[in-house]
Amino acid sequence: MTATTLEGTMATTSLSLLDALESEAIHVIREVVAELERPVLLFSGGKDSMVMLHLAVKAFAPAPVPFPVLHVDTGHNFAEVLAFRDTVVDDLRLRLEVAKVQDWIDDGRLKERADGTRNPLQTRPLLEAIEQGKFDAVFGGGRRDEEKARAKERIFSLRDEFGQWDPRNQRPELWNLYNGRHRPGEHVRVFPLSNWTELDVWRYIARENIPLPSLYYTHEREVFDRDGMLLAVGPVSQPRTAAERASVRTEKVRYRTVGDMSCTGAVLSLAHTVDDVLAEVATTRITERGATRADDRMSEAAMEDRKKEGYF
Amino acid sequence: MATASLDTTATLLRIATAGSVDDGKSTLVGRLLFDSKSVLSDQLDAVERVSRDRGHDGADLALLTDGLRAEREQGITIDVAYRYFATANRSFVLADCPGHVQYTRNTVTGASTADVVVLLVDARKGLLEQTRRHLAVAALLRVPHVVVAVNKIDLVDWSKERFEDIAADLRAAAAALGVADVHAIPVSALLGDNIVDRSVNTPWYGGPSVLELLEELPSADADAAAAAEPFRLAVQHVVRPQSGEDRFRDYRGYAGQVASGVVRPGDEVVVLPKGTRTTVVGIDTADSLAAGLDTLPQAFAPQSVTVRLADDVDVAHGDLLAAAEGAPVPTQDVVATVAWLSEKPVAARQLVLLKHGTRTVKAQVREIAGRLDLDTLDRHELESADTLALNDLGRVTLRLAAPVPVEPYARARRTGAFLLVDPDDGGTLAAGMVDG
Repeated sequence: MTATTLEGTMATTSLSLLDALESEAIHVIREVVAELERPVLLFSGGKDSMVMLHLAVKAFAPAPVPFPVLHVDTGHNFAEVLAFRDTVVDDLRLRLEVAKVQDWIDDGRLKERADGTRNPLQTRPLLEAIEQGKFDAVFGGGRRDEEKARAKERIFSLRDEFGQWDPRNQRPELWNLYNGRHRPGEHVRVFPLSNWTELDVWRYIARENIPLPSLYYTHEREVFDRDGMLLAVGPVSQPRTAAERASVRTEKVRYRTVGDMSCTGAVLSLAHTVDDVLAEVATTRITERGATRADDRMSEAAMEDRKKEGYF
Repeated sequence: MATASLDTTATLLRIATAGSVDDGKSTLVGRLLFDSKSVLSDQLDAVERVSRDRGHDGADLALLTDGLRAEREQGITIDVAYRYFATANRSFVLADCPGHVQYTRNTVTGASTADVVVLLVDARKGLLEQTRRHLAVAALLRVPHVVVAVNKIDLVDWSKERFEDIAADLRAAAAALGVADVHAIPVSALLGDNIVDRSVNTPWYGGPSVLELLEELPSADADAAAAAEPFRLAVQHVVRPQSGEDRFRDYRGYAGQVASGVVRPGDEVVVLPKGTRTTVVGIDTADSLAAGLDTLPQAFAPQSVTVRLADDVDVAHGDLLAAAEGAPVPTQDVVATVAWLSEKPVAARQLVLLKHGTRTVKAQVREIAGRLDLDTLDRHELESADTLALNDLGRVTLRLAAPVPVEPYARARRTGAFLLVDPDDGGTLAAGMVDG
């Protein structure tokens, strides 16, 4: 928040882009609390979920955020992101629930995939956490600019009792009248950042001074090349081939998204500050997911298929 | 780099496009995305790869708007898709509405939030029935501005006369339907003429390119502000911290988004439907509270704020705060135009739920006065009908279980709109616009 916004409010009766997006998101978040019984907010500590949580805080101020947060932990998360997540949750005195993919692998309900990525494995632990928590509204940080299946999703998006999304049978969404009605066992996913772009998210992080995990900014890291991406050398992402081993080196990198270490790529970057990142994002020639997510490169419809099953 | 820094003057404009596959809509949208540099290299690579796989020469920009697997498999577009592009001064949310105009479900949905509707006309064919129907939907939903790209102007030898004939037809059709503001632009979406930059091939055309015009048109909220619409705010949530900082121990505020108009401390308001009269004593946001301000000097549409009132009145989720002067009178009898959006048809006596603002009440469809035809919308003729089915437009009378402060949609785009919802499965049945 800045003094400029308040002064701007006095001087004018038209909203800036960021104020319009903020107002829409706050309206959506308040609407969920008004219309649904047990909301929960998906929170990974990543930049989109930090922006979403910041908006939730603003929506109910000076009262506290009236719902808990849920993290699906792949077991492949960056340690600094998990530590950051816990600090944020403690500071805001939120209740955090964690659904652990590792638990499901340990007791045999899920099997590790041959390619080692755990992103597709998150769906069942997520759905079970939703069912056990009896959550009827689940806030997600998904944005329509990320991916073409997301471009067709509603802000309030119904899931059937198996958590499935039916893209051909979505409710039309008119004016600012959202319909969260559902039958027992069904739930709605709600995406307050639907109309934000990656650049809007970073502009808002800069304007609102939203803290982020350090790996969004430049740092030195041991990396190697795989499928045109830079992966971190770590416990779950070791170079496998001779070529990958030969490519191991230390680079100055940052992450554009934070996810499963085994399939989230870093980008070469010297961006120290949020303004540096803004300059970089504004001039990039590659999309966020194209640069950094191996799982979305599997096929033209990778995200669509995962979403139908109940993925984020 | 200048665009990267925090530009506090950038604004948002919501656009809806409608049209069928052949009229060049996908090419126009692809061109806007491509020429405004909103397409990144990996997306372009994907388009080039798919274009090659399908045997096209070069990159088919229409593929940029390709969506779901089912759509690719069937070569159709099922649903409204949202696209984003930006210039230095403005960001655009574009609702790309597919298909034939009989899918009023899609076009009505896209138009409901639009500041501007962009339509395409083939310069060789002129105004078709389809264009008139799209204009009718824009008029019905009261979209403030319509931009018509007269496309394939290269295929009529950049003819000024041809363009002016079409523009004249367009103005006549728009005037008959009551479209507030219509602009015609000669373009070639394929070649890029007058899309982003002004074309050298149309020296007789002195107006802006499509993108130049989209950068300048006022948003619906700006139009409403200029028209000095009265203050309305539907209460979403009562904010009562009851703990935390001492200064907020007794805080009680009513959170919602300003639907229209401006509100200032000291303004007289009524709480509807009850009709209790009171005074606004404070307007807060998280930012104003953090800055230690006693109140904001004002709030306007579409800001999300929290309003404090002078008296200890009973206000709850679902209530509407309205400027005391000229406040709507709550009613249980509503006459409205509805766009039927569900595969379940409706007949008289059916029970439904009506959602208006933040209030949902039971309602019964008392009577179906008749069906409206998009082709004759300008004549306001009703065709007699016992039922309304998917994609029908009709006039109905509704009896509500409790009074609701509706207003004519023609005057109030937010407080004149409602949804009808299926009480059994919660599905959205219809979009409603209050007559009057």
